[in-house]
Amino acid sequence: MSTFALDQIQNQLPEALVERYVDRAGDAWGVIKPDQIPHVAKLLKERLGFRMFISMDGVDRLHLPPEEQDPRFEVVYFLRNVERNELARLKVRVNEGVEVHSIRSVFQGANWAERFVWDFYGVPFKGHGDLRRMLTYEEFKGHALRKDYPLRGRQGLIAERPIKDIFRGPGTNGVAE
Amino acid sequence: MASADDQYDPTPSDDELEAHLQTRNMVVNLGPSHPATHGTVRLRIELDGETIVSMDPEIGFLHRGFQKSCENVTWTQVLPYTDRLDYVASLANNFGYLSAVESLMGIEIPERAKYIRVIGAELHRIASHLTTIGASGLELGGFSAFLYAIEARELLTDRVTELTGARLTTSYGRIGGINRDLPAGWEEKVLKSLIKLEELLDETDKLLTRNRIFTDRMRGTGVITTEDALDFGFTGPCIRANGVNYDVRKAKPYWAYDQLDFSVPLGNNGDNFDRFYLRVLETHQSLKIIRQCFKQMPAGPVMIDDWRIAMPPKENVYSSIEGVIAHFKLVMEGVPVPVGEIYHATESPNGELGWYLKSDGSGRPYKCHVRAPGFQILSGLSKMCVGRMLPDLIPTFDTINMIGGEVEQ
Repeated sequence: MSTFALDQIQNQLPEALVERYVDRAGDAWGVIKPDQIPHVAKLLKERLGFRMFISMDGVDRLHLPPEEQDPRFEVVYFLRNVERNELARLKVRVNEGVEVHSIRSVFQGANWAERFVWDFYGVPFKGHGDLRRMLTYEEFKGHALRKDYPLRGRQGLIAERPIKDIFRGPGTNGVAE
Repeated sequence: MASADDQYDPTPSDDELEAHLQTRNMVVNLGPSHPATHGTVRLRIELDGETIVSMDPEIGFLHRGFQKSCENVTWTQVLPYTDRLDYVASLANNFGYLSAVESLMGIEIPERAKYIRVIGAELHRIASHLTTIGASGLELGGFSAFLYAIEARELLTDRVTELTGARLTTSYGRIGGINRDLPAGWEEKVLKSLIKLEELLDETDKLLTRNRIFTDRMRGTGVITTEDALDFGFTGPCIRANGVNYDVRKAKPYWAYDQLDFSVPLGNNGDNFDRFYLRVLETHQSLKIIRQCFKQMPAGPVMIDDWRIAMPPKENVYSSIEGVIAHFKLVMEGVPVPVGEIYHATESPNGELGWYLKSDGSGRPYKCHVRAPGFQILSGLSKMCVGRMLPDLIPTFDTINMIGGEVEQ
């Protein structure tokens, strides 16, 4: 498996890389500092050709063995270089309430992905600008994919949102605010 | 009353021609239940006349807590949940998930099972593409093309029913291979259906591609630049319409794709027509792949020979202690997946279907992330539509083929 991406990060931004390791299938992973991820993303996209945004998600490490519980959250990033046919696997580790710097300004695709991670894990992204919930509704309490959120956690009905004009749907009277 | 000498002049003066109307932007809600949103998605659109000024898709109406559910069942029990992701192509999801788990475990499945997986996935790729092709016509007013496409899809659904026992919720395949071999006489039936399907596909293709109204609505609408498409994470036909040669089946061949001869059609305009027509061309390639598979497919087992992973045969369960133990452990504890993490991707009809799986060795997924192709593509929809006309939104929404089940998990 090619380790081009991580080698380049190690050479060009050594202060950003915390750790690197290889997973069971032999693919290379890099752990990046939470405030350095936009620089790494920029380097990967603009200089190294990892232009395709693949995906992002979070992991709650609360139920892992004790030595892996701190920091509690992991945010994983996948970026692809189509020409080299290589996938860069990166992750950032943060504790509750610590902000990860947003890569939305580098990859537009990260907009929804970061909203998803915020929605389900409560990891805030600094500089995102529009961090609303992605799949659940605004009134939802808690973050559903955290390990301490109950599997059958039910939430009561929410108050109806104001409807000014029934034909135009909730929230507006058909005219832009 | 006008007198006779002051005649009425219908030509308006310059002053009258100037519109002093103060236009106000109007907000319309498209959806959540609209015939053109195949699923439930609400598009909050701000319009200046008929031009879209801004757009904000709101999703989550079909959210079922897919990941949370997966984290609380065994690895095998995740399988039925994967049916409900892309419900038009459930076999592609089933097999995609299974090969992700297999690569996490580091096991290799029997050769015949690989071919069966290719056949299943390609059958459902055709079904998915036919739906998109037909629905694009339907929503632009050509109802009959839709009927031809759906008739062809129905042939496939029947064949899939014979194979798996279910029309849509297939849950076919198991970790380590396929749970049962192809039914007797199925191969001939499929080959016969494919001939009929090809005729129907050509018919649909002619009805739409040679239709001036249809092509005018499709060509040059919903254009996205290659730069933006990569940035948003477009995959599948949507990125290939921009001429980017990225197909997981070629980039990182899995199952038997490296032994099959097929090509990946590419577009070059990145507009709706390219995305639509690539699906027609890909369907022809899928037909070719299925026919090759039937020719090349070896005989032999379809399930890995390891009782820690595969169910022991019933006679062993009833007559030997090893069989009973293996059966009991599989049912009660599930497949032993070692501690580790992996990202594995397969090519589903709409693009890269990726799985980031993390196991803590407990027999249940610790984390089961699915990278749904539609999620990234839908996030780029506003980029494709802002500044364009409202009617162009509908074909654009069609050709990206967003599937509520996988996008909203």
